[in-house]
Amino acid sequence: MIKKSEVTSILLAGVGGQGILKASDIMCEVLMAAGCDVKKSEVHGMAQRGGCVTSHVRYGHKVYSPLEKAGSVNVLLSFEKMEVLRYLHYLDTESAIIVNSEKINPPAVNIGASHYPVDFIDNLQKKFRLVQEIDAATLAKKAGSIKTANIVLLGALSKLMDIDFKIWLKIIEISFPEKLVKMNIDAFQMGINA
Amino acid sequence: MKVLMSGNEAIARGAYEAGVRFAAAYPGTPSTEILEEFSKYEGVYAEWSPNEKVAVEVAIGAALAGEKAMAVMKHVGVNVAADPIFTVSYTGTNSALVIVSADDPSLHSSQNEQDNRNYAKFAKIPMLEPADAHEAKEYVKIAFALSKKFDTPVFLRSTTRVSHSKAIVKLGKPAVYQDKTAIAFNAEKYVMVPALARLRRIEVEKRLEKLRQYAETFRENKMEINDRRVGVITAGMPYNYAKEVFPDYSYLKLGMVYPLPEKLIRNFAKKVKKLYVVEELDPYLEEQIKAMGIKVTGKEIFPYTNEFDPGIIENAIKKHLKGRRFSAQTIPSRPPNLCPGCPHRGLFYVLGRQKVFVTGDIGCYTLSYMKPLSGLHSCICMGASVGMAHGMSKALKEKGKGKIVGVIGDSTFVHSGITPLLNMAYNKSEALIIICDNSTTAMTGMQEHPGTGYTLQGQRTKQLDLKLLVSSLGIDNIKVIDPYNLKDTKEAIREELSKAGPSVIISQRGCVLFKRKNYSTEKPLKIDAEKCTGCKACLGLGCPAISWQNAAASDGSKRKGNSLIDEGLCTGCGICAQVCKFEAIL
Repeated sequence: MIKKSEVTSILLAGVGGQGILKASDIMCEVLMAAGCDVKKSEVHGMAQRGGCVTSHVRYGHKVYSPLEKAGSVNVLLSFEKMEVLRYLHYLDTESAIIVNSEKINPPAVNIGASHYPVDFIDNLQKKFRLVQEIDAATLAKKAGSIKTANIVLLGALSKLMDIDFKIWLKIIEISFPEKLVKMNIDAFQMGINA
Repeated sequence: MKVLMSGNEAIARGAYEAGVRFAAAYPGTPSTEILEEFSKYEGVYAEWSPNEKVAVEVAIGAALAGEKAMAVMKHVGVNVAADPIFTVSYTGTNSALVIVSADDPSLHSSQNEQDNRNYAKFAKIPMLEPADAHEAKEYVKIAFALSKKFDTPVFLRSTTRVSHSKAIVKLGKPAVYQDKTAIAFNAEKYVMVPALARLRRIEVEKRLEKLRQYAETFRENKMEINDRRVGVITAGMPYNYAKEVFPDYSYLKLGMVYPLPEKLIRNFAKKVKKLYVVEELDPYLEEQIKAMGIKVTGKEIFPYTNEFDPGIIENAIKKHLKGRRFSAQTIPSRPPNLCPGCPHRGLFYVLGRQKVFVTGDIGCYTLSYMKPLSGLHSCICMGASVGMAHGMSKALKEKGKGKIVGVIGDSTFVHSGITPLLNMAYNKSEALIIICDNSTTAMTGMQEHPGTGYTLQGQRTKQLDLKLLVSSLGIDNIKVIDPYNLKDTKEAIREELSKAGPSVIISQRGCVLFKRKNYSTEKPLKIDAEKCTGCKACLGLGCPAISWQNAAASDGSKRKGNSLIDEGLCTGCGICAQVCKFEAIL
């Protein structure tokens, strides 16, 4: 469990179009509502065109830098399976990893010029404190829409954060149009139970 | 009230709180959201100007008329706007004028990494540099106050990390807008002919001296004395990185990076034993502090290139840190790519297969330099493709005949392609220019421009007629094509390249992400695995919707697999079907 009094760093990573920035926005609103200082930083210049997207979220009593240094991220939440490997330098043995099992082939794999990495989750499990793989797409579909996969992942992440569940609910409620609220709360709950 | 805001949102909010109701800009990452956000506030006038020079001139005009005005641009936009900026520094601004420069250390989405703090010193204009979103909002307000007080334009410098990171911002009460506009004549101050400019030149130096005095007690030049063994002089975002890893050091955080407070810096230097200057990019502070005769450690240990993070500062100061436990693994990269259905794909597929040199420009289509399209061979700056194509064809003479093509987007053409095209007609060019007209400013996220027929604030307006404009510049050979039709595209290019004199092809097809116009989405295409011979011709389009799968042929043929179309991504543009010789794509 992560304490509010220390500065905690979470790195969200994935591919443009996966709802990473929306998820990190919701997380920041939750943290602010919980009374934390919070900063977030993201690279999204050409994200819409299939590039990598990352979002650093840091929170605690007082946060200076919106970016974390290598070796110090507490939780890596990877929205795409192989993307987890791109950011291992940010982690330490005490870090936790939550990884979506969805695979999105990069262009080189698409045209048969390169291979998608295989069987790396077991290896990660040996190295890090916690590695949880989640099939967010399947859970999201159960919740009502594949588009809620980012909220499923947020639910899984919330278990590692010391924030009142009611605050999460309150912020999710105001983050979506009324007719999509229930679906997203269901998705969040599925992430927690995953 | 406290809200979470990006630096860009905070800059817009700060201007609004300062009572500013007038702003002009040209979009450019990482600055774009500033004007988009500002334009949403009630009672404001906000415009996309065709380029940054015009934006600054519009803002100068508004300031001279008594309005507080803001001009916003990315770092390289200041190059375009440098001409008016250097001279409005002489005239002063009557009302207030703030120029926002959003720099891009690490070149996240830019063609260079220039450090625009140099412009402040060069143009003798004061510059403020906030370290996060809350400061960004406050500094905009200070910038407007300073501009009015000292009758000078003021720079506000942001960086990608300030503009695009979010922090908690305390909202202030917006100042009540007061209309102070009036026509006032003052030729001696505003007509910069040599005799009068010489007089203003002296005023600039007097003003700088006053600003130097002001900087000494400026409340955002903050000294924090902690551990006296180590002092850090810094400004902007690097302050946060340094505080993160060395919270106990003493700091002099400069909120104003030009002019510098010499006495304050000397005073700080005396209080600490070892002094570091922590700054990204150029040794801008370092050189000025060293010129004061103060011993500091700077670029001998900190990098010149790329943005910093806390780890870079920690590693530079504490050299014997133990190595990281883990390294990132080398896995296939995800370079940004043209979208499925992008109208540029067909055009650049054709261009990549001609024996021509294609001078490129700034926009989504620049991405087509990559394999497999390889359809573009240079990119310097906004508008450069047109001038360069002309220069190349003139230099190559006969050798370049029919072999030089310049490509430029519609927004980029309006920004700075018109003048060089006029030059091509005037100076009897032989090159072909293709305007890639996707009817929006796509790369920065669908901004309006004169060719779209809408203003930033959503009003219908006079729509630029590209064909008419090109014709009136003196270009006689003009053709409009649809880049979804490969055969017509290829024929048009060949035909225009064979003609004497300059030609322009307008390759017209709206951006697939552009929502306003109701382009009917076609049905996704499918590959008939029986007909697909595995020739991989369709993979040559580099379309994200087409992939390759290895599979043994069931009919005993030698093919090793076949192509696949992802129905979720395919927009049905039909380009791949035109490339397939076996009619396997339907």
